[in-house]
Amino acid sequence: MLDVVKDLLVLLVSSSLVSNVVLCPFLGLCPFLGVSKKVNTAVGMGGAVIFVITIASGVTAVIYRFILVTFDITYLQTIVFILVIAALVQFVEMFLKKYVPALYQALGVYLPLITTNCAVLGIALTNVQKSYGIGFSIASGLFTAVGFLIAIVILAGIREKIEYNDVPESFQGMPIVLITAGLMAIAFCGFSGLL
Amino acid sequence: MREKNATVFWNGLVKENPTFVLMLGMCPTLAVTTSAINGLGMGLTTTAVLVLSNVIIALLRNIIPNRVRIPAFIVIVASFVTMAELLLEGFIPSLYAALGIYIPLIVVNCIILGRAEAFASKNGILPSFFDGLGMGLGFTVALTAIGIVRELLGAGELFGVPVINNVLKMISSAIGRSEPVEYVPVSIFVLAPGAFFVLAALTALQNRVKRKMQEKGLNADKIQSGCNFDCTSCEDSGCAHRFVDVNAPSGSVANVKSSSKDVSP
Repeated sequence: MLDVVKDLLVLLVSSSLVSNVVLCPFLGLCPFLGVSKKVNTAVGMGGAVIFVITIASGVTAVIYRFILVTFDITYLQTIVFILVIAALVQFVEMFLKKYVPALYQALGVYLPLITTNCAVLGIALTNVQKSYGIGFSIASGLFTAVGFLIAIVILAGIREKIEYNDVPESFQGMPIVLITAGLMAIAFCGFSGLL
Repeated sequence: MREKNATVFWNGLVKENPTFVLMLGMCPTLAVTTSAINGLGMGLTTTAVLVLSNVIIALLRNIIPNRVRIPAFIVIVASFVTMAELLLEGFIPSLYAALGIYIPLIVVNCIILGRAEAFASKNGILPSFFDGLGMGLGFTVALTAIGIVRELLGAGELFGVPVINNVLKMISSAIGRSEPVEYVPVSIFVLAPGAFFVLAALTALQNRVKRKMQEKGLNADKIQSGCNFDCTSCEDSGCAHRFVDVNAPSGSVANVKSSSKDVSP
């Protein structure tokens, strides 16, 4: 029991801070750079990502364990996962719209954008690669998505301040944001001493 | 006919280069360009998948119903990606190990579905073939170029050969120093932050070129200057409506494109 808790804590630190999903394996860059102009939209996007990635890593882990492994067709994982994720996001959106309108109001507009997020597929594949069980897959998805939320909120906070600064003409817009992201990546490298 | 294909090819390779002009597929661009050989391998794999999926989609463009075209495209692309993955695992295991998870992630590369949606689903087999080849090689050239810069600065090597140290050794022996000067690599360039810095320099350069072009009165609309990385404002790259039917009636998920603009102005 204690071992499981310890493993989970290590997983929490490693997947949310040390190898932060956007700053280290570069997954989910599009929403990270695209929806980080304001802190509240960034929080909304981060919430939606947590929601979708956690569900998607659970569902793909179950499908992998009980369908792909059982029938010995694990080589089909890429095709199966991407279709499952695409269908899942649409389904989650319809479900929320009908039954949890409050949550849909908060996350709705971000949900379809997340299907295009390579982080969802990337985490599903990483879980398989590291041969996590179903419980650990869900935990890994949740923690990675929390890491995404941390990164995007920090970046949005910095970008709100950059608005008032005098940036050289060629570096206005995306280049200065990329440099900010690079500096954040250096900062997050510091967490590698934690493990 | 042949001239038209050449134009399409040239268009993909230079005029609408997916990395330097359209700024598509940035995740693999940043992740795998730690060395020139990785960039080259990733580029060629993507090219193979892009050419094959473009040809098959062009073949099937009149058979696939419009409403389910995006899932159909995804299945076609994912099949070729799986083939590429298995072939690499079997025949070039070193590259397979170096690229790792980014091989299956070719499925979600904006370039491939973008070209399927914007070109292959509207054109014949031969133009689609050349479009895929041009775009793919444009991507390859860009990835290799970024990989060369990062590897040279970050490790002092070029395709695994320590060129900078070799040159320094030659210079040292020419001026008669017994101890050759050693190059200290700026290792941050092969790490994650270096990828952001190189891309920042690239987009800054692109901003400048775009501004100069506009000053001269040239049409620079194609240059995306970072595509703003805003998938919602991306009209024709196929990014935004990858799984969403753009022509669907109002009230469907396709409306996200317009409604989300109010949220993130």
